[in-house]
Amino acid sequence: MEREPAAAEEPRPPGRRRRRRRRREGRTRTVRSNLLPPPGAEDPAAGAAKGERRRRVCAQHLADNRLKTTKYTLLSFLPKNLFEQFHRLANVYFVFIALLNFVPAVNAFQPGLALAPVLFILAVTAFKDLWEDYSRHRSDHEINHLGCLVFSREEKKYVNRFWKEIRVGDFVRLRCNEIIPADILLLSSSDPDGLCHIETANLDGETNLKRRQVVRGFSELVSEFNPLTFTSIIECEKPNNDLTRFRGCIIHDNGKKAGLYKENLLLRGCTIRNTEAVVGIVIYAGHETKALLNNSGPRYKRSQLERQMNCDVLWCVLLLVCMSLFSAVGHGLWVRRYQDKKSLFDVPESDGSALSPVTAAVYSFLTMIIVLQVLIPISLYVSIEIVKVCQVYFINQDMELYDEETDSQLQCRALNITEDLGQIQYIFSDKTGTLTENKMVFRRCTVSGIEYSHDANAQRLARYQEADSEEEEVMPRGGLASQRGSIGSHQSIRMMHRSQSTKSHRRTGSRAEAKRASMLSKHTAFSSPMEKDITPDPKLLEKVSECDRCLSVARHKEHPLAHLSPELSDVFDFFIALTICNTVVVTSPDQPRQKVRVRFELKSPVKTIEDFLRRFTPSRLTSGCSSIGSLATSKSNHKSGSSFLSSLSSDSTLLRLEDKLSQPTTAIASNGYSSQAGKELELRYEAESPDEAALVYAAKAYNCALVDRLHDQVSVELPHLGRLTFELLHTLGFDSIRKRMSVVIRHPITDEINVYTKGADSVVMDLLLPCSSDDARGRHQKKIRSKTQNFLNMYAVEGLRTLCIAKRVLSKEEYACWLQSHLEAESSVDNREELLFQSAIRLETNLHLLGATGIEDRLQEGVPETIAKLRQAGLQIWVLTGDKQETAINIAHACKLLDHEEEVITVNAESQEACAALLDQCLRYVQSRGLHSSPEKTESKVSVGFSPLCPTPTSTASNPSPSLVIDGRSLAYALEKNLEDKFLFLAKQCRSVLCCRSTPLQKSMVVKLVRSKLKAMTLAIGDGANDVSMIQVADVGVGISGQEGMQAVMASDFAVPRFRYLERLLIVHGHWCYSRLANMVLYFFYKNTMFVGLLFWFQFYCGFSASAMIDQWYLIFFNLLFSSLPQLVTGVLDKDVPAHVLLTKPQLYRSGQNMEEYRPQTFWLNMVDAAFQSLVCFFIPYLAYYNSDVDLFTWGTPITAIALFTFLLHLGIETRTWTWLNWITCGFSILLFFAVALIYNASCAACYPPSNPYWTMQTLLGDPLFYLTCLIAPVTALLPRLFFKALQGSLFPTPLQLGRRSASKRLNIPKETFAQGCLEGDLRTEHSVGRTTSSSDCTSQASWHTQQPAYSPEASGGRSVVDNSVPLRDDTVLEGLSAQSPGSSTWGAAVPEGCPEESKVKSTSAGRVAPLSSLFNLPNFSSINWISSLSLVSGLGSQFADGQAGRGFPVQAPSGRAGLKGTDHGLLLGAPSRGHS
Amino acid sequence: MAMNYNSKDEVDGGPPCAPGGTAKSRRPDNTAFKQQRLPAWQPILTAGTVLPTFFIIGLIFIPIGIGIFVTSNNIREIEIDYTGTEPSSPCNKCLSPDVTPCFCTINFTLEKSFEGNVFMYYGLSNFYQNHRRYVKSRDDSQLNGDSSALLNPSKECEPYRRNEDKPIAPCGAIANSMFNDTLELFLIGNDSSPTPITLKKKGIAWWTDKNVKFRNPPGGETLEERFKGTTKPVNWLNPVYMLDSDPDNNGFINEDFIVWMRTAALPTFRKLYRLIERKSDLHPTLPAGRYYLNITYNYPVHSFDGRKRMILSTISWMGGKNPFLGIAYIAIGSISFLLGVVLLVINHKYRNSSNTADITI
Repeated sequence: MEREPAAAEEPRPPGRRRRRRRRREGRTRTVRSNLLPPPGAEDPAAGAAKGERRRRVCAQHLADNRLKTTKYTLLSFLPKNLFEQFHRLANVYFVFIALLNFVPAVNAFQPGLALAPVLFILAVTAFKDLWEDYSRHRSDHEINHLGCLVFSREEKKYVNRFWKEIRVGDFVRLRCNEIIPADILLLSSSDPDGLCHIETANLDGETNLKRRQVVRGFSELVSEFNPLTFTSIIECEKPNNDLTRFRGCIIHDNGKKAGLYKENLLLRGCTIRNTEAVVGIVIYAGHETKALLNNSGPRYKRSQLERQMNCDVLWCVLLLVCMSLFSAVGHGLWVRRYQDKKSLFDVPESDGSALSPVTAAVYSFLTMIIVLQVLIPISLYVSIEIVKVCQVYFINQDMELYDEETDSQLQCRALNITEDLGQIQYIFSDKTGTLTENKMVFRRCTVSGIEYSHDANAQRLARYQEADSEEEEVMPRGGLASQRGSIGSHQSIRMMHRSQSTKSHRRTGSRAEAKRASMLSKHTAFSSPMEKDITPDPKLLEKVSECDRCLSVARHKEHPLAHLSPELSDVFDFFIALTICNTVVVTSPDQPRQKVRVRFELKSPVKTIEDFLRRFTPSRLTSGCSSIGSLATSKSNHKSGSSFLSSLSSDSTLLRLEDKLSQPTTAIASNGYSSQAGKELELRYEAESPDEAALVYAAKAYNCALVDRLHDQVSVELPHLGRLTFELLHTLGFDSIRKRMSVVIRHPITDEINVYTKGADSVVMDLLLPCSSDDARGRHQKKIRSKTQNFLNMYAVEGLRTLCIAKRVLSKEEYACWLQSHLEAESSVDNREELLFQSAIRLETNLHLLGATGIEDRLQEGVPETIAKLRQAGLQIWVLTGDKQETAINIAHACKLLDHEEEVITVNAESQEACAALLDQCLRYVQSRGLHSSPEKTESKVSVGFSPLCPTPTSTASNPSPSLVIDGRSLAYALEKNLEDKFLFLAKQCRSVLCCRSTPLQKSMVVKLVRSKLKAMTLAIGDGANDVSMIQVADVGVGISGQEGMQAVMASDFAVPRFRYLERLLIVHGHWCYSRLANMVLYFFYKNTMFVGLLFWFQFYCGFSASAMIDQWYLIFFNLLFSSLPQLVTGVLDKDVPAHVLLTKPQLYRSGQNMEEYRPQTFWLNMVDAAFQSLVCFFIPYLAYYNSDVDLFTWGTPITAIALFTFLLHLGIETRTWTWLNWITCGFSILLFFAVALIYNASCAACYPPSNPYWTMQTLLGDPLFYLTCLIAPVTALLPRLFFKALQGSLFPTPLQLGRRSASKRLNIPKETFAQGCLEGDLRTEHSVGRTTSSSDCTSQASWHTQQPAYSPEASGGRSVVDNSVPLRDDTVLEGLSAQSPGSSTWGAAVPEGCPEESKVKSTSAGRVAPLSSLFNLPNFSSINWISSLSLVSGLGSQFADGQAGRGFPVQAPSGRAGLKGTDHGLLLGAPSRGHS
Repeated sequence: MAMNYNSKDEVDGGPPCAPGGTAKSRRPDNTAFKQQRLPAWQPILTAGTVLPTFFIIGLIFIPIGIGIFVTSNNIREIEIDYTGTEPSSPCNKCLSPDVTPCFCTINFTLEKSFEGNVFMYYGLSNFYQNHRRYVKSRDDSQLNGDSSALLNPSKECEPYRRNEDKPIAPCGAIANSMFNDTLELFLIGNDSSPTPITLKKKGIAWWTDKNVKFRNPPGGETLEERFKGTTKPVNWLNPVYMLDSDPDNNGFINEDFIVWMRTAALPTFRKLYRLIERKSDLHPTLPAGRYYLNITYNYPVHSFDGRKRMILSTISWMGGKNPFLGIAYIAIGSISFLLGVVLLVINHKYRNSSNTADITI
């Protein structure tokens, strides 16, 4: 991006307004104010006009803010575009062939004509590029002409300028909600703390606000920032694309330096929020901004089918060369034969000498290549592009892939891999946010060893879940008070709604509801009612209010907290920690936050720093620390004013507190619960992560509400205690290595310095203060810890995300020492991050455990069903998650990835050798399965509450393959070169694989491994930045446009709003795209081979002279014009199996995985058929015209027509769905051919040598022989194909054909019959539900049959019944299957295989029943029940509850659908969408 | 630049829609086309569904085939090979290039009389008129009477473009190799003197060729003047303006020439030579009897193993004699019928299973 060499800057004239210097060696950029007159310049006023001009002159070599994304200019378009197009090998080839035509000795066509198709293709592509470029230009123009306020030196004020006029070094003033035009260093903010909030949604899609800070040294300015006085020089990095990093320093006039960090930079494309106005200096502009440097264009991937196709194109090339060689040799021999025979037809060279056989052969070879060039289809690539664009269009347009809640549809970001969707074999999925909603809900917590189960809360969540599953989210909105109330009231409300609204009503109601909720929460992430409304545990609530009361009474005493029992003080601290240990910003919903800031006096920074240090530092440290303090204007320094004040005495804090309470805006009755509830609505928490939001909302439910967060203080509101303002000394942000975050605060009541730490249990537990087992207190602590650990494990088993909350009280001395080093770290420029990291680690030790929380990440709607469907479709699903093993396993159970009765192989190894041994052992086990060798003995480290997951080898041989769970460390070993094969082999045997604790890099390595070693098609789906690498590595990357930003989406090929849309995307669209494209490509090859075959056979009758009987026009335009449209329409619209059948029978997807439509043998079979057809189409006219007076082209034209008819008929056989478009295009093709032929043949009497087809077509149309050959040849050519197709369709139908057949059968059923059948199915389902509570699908299905007589009296069971009600039963069974499958885990797999209504199969399926039903006698079932009873029906820990809910569901569903849509079609379309549980 | 578009969208597109009550939704249109629900016919290829097609093909093709076969069989056709390679042949003497001009006579007998118009063809075998370089070797502009092309023929005509610095008219290999035997037909009646059969020279070429495509060059009173400055093709005996005495059949518009210039599709071909028009309804055009063919043997085919034939043929609505097409129709029709029967059997046998079978993978 370095456009401007340093040397070019040297001779710059004085008087320039803008200056920017880069040092080549320093790798930095220096920015100065544009307003400054350069040193030694003439009078600025005199130079102003000149400067203005200069500015313009200099403009070309400055990186201004003009956005130019266009590739071409008017002049450069043609050469540049052509150059780009010739990068494609195919284009070069075709141009080469066309140019070959210009050589007289070998030319086959008129040279100009031969260029036509190439030019046509090039022109179409060029036009497309031009159009794209033009639209880019237009949008660039629009963006360039956005306005913003820039400080003008002439007018001494901010004036409106276009974005494109902004230069580096300009001062820009931005107001609230404005979009930032360039990368700007924040110099001033209207916020008294020098803060500014930006929303980076445009950059990374994250909707939460991010805080930016004014550059140190500018925030302390008393008066408004004046750009004219800005004389500092900024040195910073060269432009780079790292959004998360920015380093530099600002050098003031007095030589002082201050560091610049990411927090000081406002990035282009972001929006200013919550801040009235900011001023900054432009550092990077235009294309040097980080936003634009980050913006890479769309990706180009080549699909597998295309790769295969390219391989076949090479075969075609080989074939072409062979044909040409054969022909050349033939011609050589032919020439030699007639060489000396003075044959009249042998034309000598132009000089009269006879052509030598070798020369003739060479010429013939080249000419043959020209003539047979059709074999390499020039239009293939263009057609495929067109078809793919249309496919993408249709995928985008699919209503079923539209998510109402987020108002987003599926986005196809990669245009050329649609068909890969139909061939996926492995799915690699992220867990959080992908399988789950990433809506964190506070579920339960434990404080000082006591567990608060939050049963009411669990019930509340269960209701949400239920509501979700029945798609009737009719929770009363706004009725927060009622939700807070008893469960009973809830129940009644719900019941009322249920009784009032019909099903259809409910559905639409829920949709609207969801929409409204999403609209309302649009501006605040993670704040859906479900996340917000937490029902507190009564016991804990009681304790909290007790604390509150006690403290309110005791706060004026000496040691207020001492009046509390240790437990209560832990409870209090726990909630304080929940409330303040985060980075949540509080806003009010309507307007940008108006900060009401009470300042007692103006602070003078330097003085307070000294005061501060003097107060906190022991005297011996004073000198050292103060020197550091004065040097560094650290962030903690400028808040020290207030800290100084507050630290004067605790009374003053209270004074201030009361002062604040008197402020009208913040006046809240400190004791008013009701008024607080009223105010609650106005508070909005903008959190960076959903966990934080969940915890803050949880604390709020316990009346411990975060009401305000400023840069240096946090206010918490308690009912009795009123508002407590904590002085925020430091925030040590979360990072993935420490896995925790901390805040350092000064407690307003105790005046102590506290550290609150919140983090993953694994790390926090290790950082606890070691407690001696000697004294009682220590023992108690130990007990608490072990209890907490137990609870944590239990939470994990339930699938909750656990966080530990801990606290540390710092003495002032400790703090001062730490502060010293911390300030050092903060002010260091070089390895600041590293130092800060070390500093944080130093602080977070010797913690006191307060408690732990369990946060539930709910499964997304429809995930288990989707996974079941994808499984049936033969897809292997691997979950790669960073979560801990227990959590991951539980989520896997919840989403039916793991089954309770199936074995789980757990690989947790500590070392490379152990891992190798373990893998060997597992392999042996897998291979010799049936033996009861439990793999769990392979040092499974999981011990607590994990027993139900351990393999309980069932006695049956039909045991499904086991699942593999591997943790991150073992994965690292397993991915080593020497183990990866073993690992893969093991993984291949397993039904599903779960990788826990895996890093983003490991994720991508796993994907890469599977992709390269197993040669499998892989799909990676994820939603967060940690999935990006995996998404990029996979063949198909899918991003979930969820809550966690757009990084995954940016990297993805397809972006879906929800995981469940994957089902339709793959099973329906993927299948269609693959089948369409595969068929089209095959057809293309067939078509070209057949056409070329005609020419080749003719060579035997023209002395291999490369003569063509088909007129050159037809030859050249045949592919392009006459036969292209129908195949395009078929390629875009053909549906081999309707969508509803694909969805009900996902196993049809396997045809794509196995590449059934387009295999090498299919290709060659296709080629053989093409050869046969060309033989027929050549020899029928040959024999019909043998020894007649027909001339060359009058004979060739019928052959062309025959070929056209054959192509269309062939396409007709291959087309599975005939819409009016197919008919029209076929008719159009024929008409076009004849119209063109007639016009062409009438246009010129002496043109178009050598064919000179004047009046040929017209003559032919009067010749009966023409019609007779045109009738018989195509029919004969296609007779075998039709016959074999019919034979195969009858005798060995493929699953796809059967699926089609069942679909068409259904369509033939009269409506009322169907309705009846549906009803019957309902009743039967109802019955089966009533009857079977613990049976497998097969038995319940069997039960329908046995119950059928009740509804059809003539049916007496057995075969005759089956025959009588074939269509009915077919449907009802299908209905039944799909109704059942959501609730079934094992059944889903068993259904399609084992349970067709064939009686013979039934017997085999009956065999399956036994083990499945015996499942319920297994010992582990009780433990499963135990889990589900713990979590109630939360859905995460209990799929059995799910199963039962799902079972109950079909009772209502079909009738609801019947009410919605009267047609059978609609019913069937609706079928897959029901049954979300 | 997606993010910039996005930002713009949000700024411009977002708020104005909101007050309208119905915010602009990205929901796709629910049209049959966009949702791929166009009404469609979805044929399924099984024995049951396809067999009617086979029967229909059979039922249509067999009658057509029989019709064609009968028509073709009714066509009278006689072929006389007069290459003279056999020593017994009267034309054997003409094989030697020394004898010029060479005349020979071949006797033949018509077993049955030829009714209606009779077409007289000359047929050549092993003559590659479809050779690529041969086909190209002509100048249509010259033949169309373009005067500039007349004097400066197309390069495609090489090496038959110029001869002794004069442009050849008509140029090119095709013209150069024009068939130049003369055939005369005589009926040997019961009385001694044979009666010559009137052979019509005109009307053997396509009307468009004769009137549109081929034109003599303009200017000049006589044809000779019009072709002034050109020379005859190398192999020709006479220049182009001396092909015939009839001015309407001379020069480029000589029909024998036009016919020759329409290059044959296959190495074995025939070209229309003369018409024998029916004189009256009462008498057959060529009554059965003995005939003899007088040949002026000029055209050398022996050197490249070619053969020359004279063909007399009547025609029907579908052109000349063509046994193949009728047989083909009958054969394909029968096969199709047979396959239909096979499918019927299969359908009968497997219908139950195919109807009830569902997907069983």
